[in-house]
Amino acid sequence: MIHHLIPRVLAKLLIPFILLFGLYVQFHGDFGPGGGFQAGVIFAAGIILYALIYGLQAAQSVIPARLVAALMALGLLIYAGVGVATMMLGGNFLDYDLLDSHDPVHGQHLGILVIEFGVGVTVAAVMITIFYQFAGRLHLVRDLEAESDGS
Amino acid sequence: MNWEALIDIMLLALLLLVAIGIVRLRNLFAVVLLAGIYSLLMALVFTLLDAVDVAFTEAAVGAGVSTILSLGTLALIDSQREKIPSRFAFTPLLLSVATGALLIWGLSGMPEVGSPDAPAQLHVAPYYIEMTPVEIDVPNIVTAVLASYRGFDTLGEVAVVFTAGVGVMALLGSIPAVYSRGRRRRQPDAERADT
Amino acid sequence: MEWLGHYNYWFFAVLMSIGIYITMSRGNLVKKVVGLNIFQASVFLLYISAGKIWGGTAPIIEEGLSRPFSNPLPHVLILTAIVVGISTTALGLALVVRIRECYGTIEEDEILEAEAEFEADLARSGNP
Repeated sequence: MIHHLIPRVLAKLLIPFILLFGLYVQFHGDFGPGGGFQAGVIFAAGIILYALIYGLQAAQSVIPARLVAALMALGLLIYAGVGVATMMLGGNFLDYDLLDSHDPVHGQHLGILVIEFGVGVTVAAVMITIFYQFAGRLHLVRDLEAESDGS
Repeated sequence: MNWEALIDIMLLALLLLVAIGIVRLRNLFAVVLLAGIYSLLMALVFTLLDAVDVAFTEAAVGAGVSTILSLGTLALIDSQREKIPSRFAFTPLLLSVATGALLIWGLSGMPEVGSPDAPAQLHVAPYYIEMTPVEIDVPNIVTAVLASYRGFDTLGEVAVVFTAGVGVMALLGSIPAVYSRGRRRRQPDAERADT
Repeated sequence: MEWLGHYNYWFFAVLMSIGIYITMSRGNLVKKVVGLNIFQASVFLLYISAGKIWGGTAPIIEEGLSRPFSNPLPHVLILTAIVVGISTTALGLALVVRIRECYGTIEEDEILEAEAEFEADLARSGNP
């Protein structure tokens, strides 16, 4: 597809910073506004921008749809896994106090970090998947149309 | 003069204008863009009401991803204009006005916006605000409540997001059985022959 | 601000009625989804307004801060609600796309018409 030069250059400049900002929001969520939900959406927005400017195929060669689908489940599993881990350690489901045997507050820090990571992975993967599905449908419909016109 | 309140009123008035614009416009492209503006204004209101985390999410989700998805849908459904109905429907107008009036009447029993001694401020919130530095020790109380005090709740929300992703994959991932441009009717004979 | 009173709540009620009105009166499915979003966002406004304390600040702990914090609980509830909201919106839009593919239209009355015709065809062709 033909694209304009200025959006292409600007996107190339912006995307690394969008992804970096996503990571910042992810891991700085304990200290300022932010957290897994926002970080996931921002990270996905960076990928979606890439797909909009450079085409769906280019984006899918960077982040394959199968990988994203797996990540969708992985994030949820990380979250639930923390809960199971705390149960294994003899506490309640998602009781982070037990994650550090010396200091419950450190356990809380660790627990929040890990589950926020799980949230971020799932949300980013779901947003990218939804976008891939919509954009992929557009390509599919166009291909089918071209086929039916040709026949 | 309380500037916070003044800005609040102006932003809410703008929100109302945008919502009326969405009702009146028939061009779907304009409606979708106005919905994005609506979300952005809502994010500003949230910032003013001290909900910075919520404003952040609303700006990223409502004005960003949601608009992209709606535009993608418009590209797929290939129609830009809403059909003008043949006659004006009174029942929805009556019902929505009645609902709004009932709500305003009911909400007048609520404590005023921003009063520190409202019941909502006295129940569990003081516990979260006091105990977060002791029990969790992260500066952002919203994160502490979200991830720790109400971690089970958030797990459920993540599961809902996951399910929605799977749902969209199920709906849009399959190849349409028969595809033809324009209006297509299901053909009973062909369908029965299949079964 | 004393005279402000329930201003935010009134706006919530009006925006919510507009959302309901769009959802009920418009036959276009995309517009229905947008109406639902307006409805949803107005409920967010109600929650966040209920948590606000005038003169308060965002609930992020900082050294030497004397102002009270606004209630963090509604923020948590609405934060997750927004992300669930976009998920359901995406699902709704995906359904709209499939309906368009099946019926060739996204206007409610035309879909009902096509359904009625389909039923009539079935009856005419002597379905058991």
